Amino acid sequence: MTLAEVKETLQAELLTQDSDLSLEVHSACASDMMSDVLAFTRPECLIITGLANQQTLRTVEIADALAVLFVRGKRPDQDMIAVANAKKIPLLATNFCMYDACGLLFNKGLCGVTEQVRKILGKDGCR
Amino acid sequence: MAADNTFIQEYSIKGWDFTRAGEASCEIKNILKQIGVSQDVIRRVAIASYEAEMNVVMYARQGTMRCEIDTTKIKITIEDEGPGIADIDQAMQEGFSTATPEMREMGFGAGMGLPNIKRNSDGCEVTSVVGKGTKVAMSFNL
Ligand SMILES: Nc1ncnc2c1ncn2[C@@H]1O[C@H](COP(=O)(O)OP(=O)(O)OP(=O)(O)O)[C@@H](O)[C@H]1O
Ligand SMILES: [Mg+2]
Repeated sequence: MTLAEVKETLQAELLTQDSDLSLEVHSACASDMMSDVLAFTRPECLIITGLANQQTLRTVEIADALAVLFVRGKRPDQDMIAVANAKKIPLLATNFCMYDACGLLFNKGLCGVTEQVRKILGKDGCR
Repeated sequence: MAADNTFIQEYSIKGWDFTRAGEASCEIKNILKQIGVSQDVIRRVAIASYEAEMNVVMYARQGTMRCEIDTTKIKITIEDEGPGIADIDQAMQEGFSTATPEMREMGFGAGMGLPNIKRNSDGCEVTSVVGKGTKVAMSFNL
């Protein structure tokens, strides 16, 4: 799923400048706990979180994630957005709560990292 | 590279310094990229060293991170001066955490740090003296 599709699905706002929204995320991971994210992500994933601090950006760098989606109206401060711009990490923000944001993305075929989910839903369920 | 073909780099880590927190791990990650280590190994080293670095930032006064690379493996050793860990087996369990509410608000305290280190490394050893400090030694095969 492209970042443009993520943005459209969740009526999200793009917080960073010149981000390439044609980039594709292949999986997603949702948590407010960064070690959880590090335990359950694949490279090029979308991190869905309500945690808006510098540690979120570190986690992106460390885990080779592709972008961050902030949920339930959380917004990072200008410093953090500046760092994200410098590091070319696209940041999106939606007002949907985490569960609903995940549900809407899942519905469109963006799955997590549990192997079984791909077996259960097959190719049509998990793009 | 030294004469015996081992690359060594050391970084210092300051307790409770959240602006620099994670910098050492990111630098190691960049070095590994530059010398052409495979992406999977780079990612595992980065995750494990970041978890250990953050534990020093959160729980200890200060520490050092030493990175040694030779032709067969990468060794990362993080040693700190801090409270130490009384029960290491308990600390290694998924979900065990003594993180304060303040730390949790910053996104820590899942109790997944040490388990992540174990999962991502090819060998890790945690030793600690209560009241003195903690040492986490991990290695990755190349
Ligand atoms: N360097 C350290 N010095 C003192 N105590 C430590 C150190 N590293 C870990 N601990 C103890 O071990 C516990 C478990 O550590 P671990 O990294 O697995 O989880 P956490 O730091 O609590 O949460 P997370 O890493 O998921 O954010 C910590 O809560 C802390 O009590
Ligand atoms: Mg930890």
